[in-house]
Amino acid sequence: MSGANSKPKAARTSLAKVPTGIQGLDEVTGGGLPKGRVTLVCGRAGCGKSLLGMEFLVHGAIQYGEPGVCMNFEETEEKLTANVASLGFDLRNLAKRKKLLVDYVSIERNEIAETGEYNLDGLFIRLAHAVKVIKAKRVVLDSVEALFSGIADAAVLRSELSRLFRWLEDQKLTAIVTGEAGSNSLTRHGLEEYVADCVISLDHRITEQISTRRLRIVKYRGTSHGTDEYPFLIDEEGISVVPITSLVLTHKALKSRISTGIATLDEMMEGKGFFRGSSVLVTGTAGTGKSSLAANFVSAACSRGEGCLYFTFEESPSQILRNMKSVGLDLEPWVNKGLLHFNAMRPTCTGLEGHLAVIHRLIAQLRPRVVVIDPITNLISTSGSYDVKSMLVRLVDFLKMEQITSMFTNLTFAGDPQERTAAAVSSLMDTWIVLRDSKPNGRPRRELYVLKSRGMAHSREARELIVSKKGLELGIVLNDHLLATNAVDPGAVAAAE
Amino acid sequence: MKKSSAEKSPAKKKPITKNTAKKSFTKTSASDFYRLRLYIAGQTPNSIAAITNLKKICEDKLKGKYRIEVVDLLVKPQLAKGDQIIAIPTLVRRLPPPVKKIIGNLSKTESVIVGLDLQPVS
Repeated sequence: MSGANSKPKAARTSLAKVPTGIQGLDEVTGGGLPKGRVTLVCGRAGCGKSLLGMEFLVHGAIQYGEPGVCMNFEETEEKLTANVASLGFDLRNLAKRKKLLVDYVSIERNEIAETGEYNLDGLFIRLAHAVKVIKAKRVVLDSVEALFSGIADAAVLRSELSRLFRWLEDQKLTAIVTGEAGSNSLTRHGLEEYVADCVISLDHRITEQISTRRLRIVKYRGTSHGTDEYPFLIDEEGISVVPITSLVLTHKALKSRISTGIATLDEMMEGKGFFRGSSVLVTGTAGTGKSSLAANFVSAACSRGEGCLYFTFEESPSQILRNMKSVGLDLEPWVNKGLLHFNAMRPTCTGLEGHLAVIHRLIAQLRPRVVVIDPITNLISTSGSYDVKSMLVRLVDFLKMEQITSMFTNLTFAGDPQERTAAAVSSLMDTWIVLRDSKPNGRPRRELYVLKSRGMAHSREARELIVSKKGLELGIVLNDHLLATNAVDPGAVAAAE
Repeated sequence: MKKSSAEKSPAKKKPITKNTAKKSFTKTSASDFYRLRLYIAGQTPNSIAAITNLKKICEDKLKGKYRIEVVDLLVKPQLAKGDQIIAIPTLVRRLPPPVKKIIGNLSKTESVIVGLDLQPVS
């Protein structure tokens, strides 16, 4: 994703790291997991620990030429193979090619009588044998805590576990050990005591019926890491973590300009339109033409041959295509040419983090030059406003880093021109275009003005936005006495920033 | 006193690393015969103790009705998976059914007798 950004961080540290191949996780950890060390991944049931482990092994085997062994204490080889097949991982094939080996360790609860001293050499020998057979570099133990139910002598077990972890390090194996979250500790059986190098905690919360998954690096010895909780997503392509792509504002500001798609609007902005790589906010009450404005912008980008990604949270793509035809805009050719991609999702289908993870992944896949999110209002409705702000910071930073020009639409409500969320996100935005309805002399009309646009001498005049079958057009400059009384006060906006 | 051929065939399925105790068998019913497999890993004190303890208990309780195989996993690591061996030493009662598993150096004789469900010799 933003590999260029995370590289300098990785270069500063001498600690060797092994990439997990999991999107976002390698950025967050500055290169991956500590090489030749044991990493503990903990969390409650269903939080994605096992999947993280399997992805680490599969990506290792396929992308990085590092075979891996999964010692699984919970699921049989057959079950595990079936589970990850839905993610497109073919464990059987990998096993045949000696790239990945799954060893199911069954522990019969309370069935084993103890008759004197023993150790866990059997487990060591099995693991060593599997490692030797495929020359493994990576190991996953999932979840070694199952031993606690089968082995009654906790003292023996604890000393054997610490011997096991030391053995893994002696063998220079990069390992993931999973552990079930405990009520007062990271793991139920205190596995974190044995793992000194790297601890990752996964969480799965449900707030207002919407689930969000989060990942946190609790500890990573010898490396700087973010301590934030990073949202992550599990879907048909596995795990993707949404990182903060920049902790500092280092993105390069481009001087080149791109058209807004409406000639008269370009005129209002020094005749050149938006800065490339800038973020544009379009706010307006219902029916003021926000989507039409966005569609014009997208169409102009497509006609320059630039890829566009349009996220819609209210209308289906076919609905947008139909509606835009009614205002003289045919987007279908761009869709057919593969320049314009729509992604339609219900805002409530996942949490804000989930949406942002999808947005990140699609952007990384399609590498568009222009991204439209229509509208962000619906995303805001799924989460608390603090979350929204921090997530949008991440998204806007990410887009700027990738030098993608972005347009966000936001629905405001009549009589509430200074809507709070709009003010909250406006500070992130380089350009803010306000659309509104007004009814001077009983004749309804749409008005548009550029409230702000950083780095350019833009027009501060309001103009009528004429939407017709021929398309969008801006009318004459409206005189002061023609302006609606509920105009946004620029002073208030400056204060909000 | 005859060798039971019925008891002999299953032994060929799995390679036996060491046969420390090959006794001549008393002809008894199949349910009376004990086939035991002891997993060890090298000649560690626990492994040696387990072999000695097992022989003694068998001689006391199962004279003429048992057979012991000792599997050294350092030599045949691939055999650990079949019987799901984790701890060393582990003793598996393969016959009579059901399969039973006990771990440790077999120094607690009472636990061994309970664990293997040994009936006193009549």
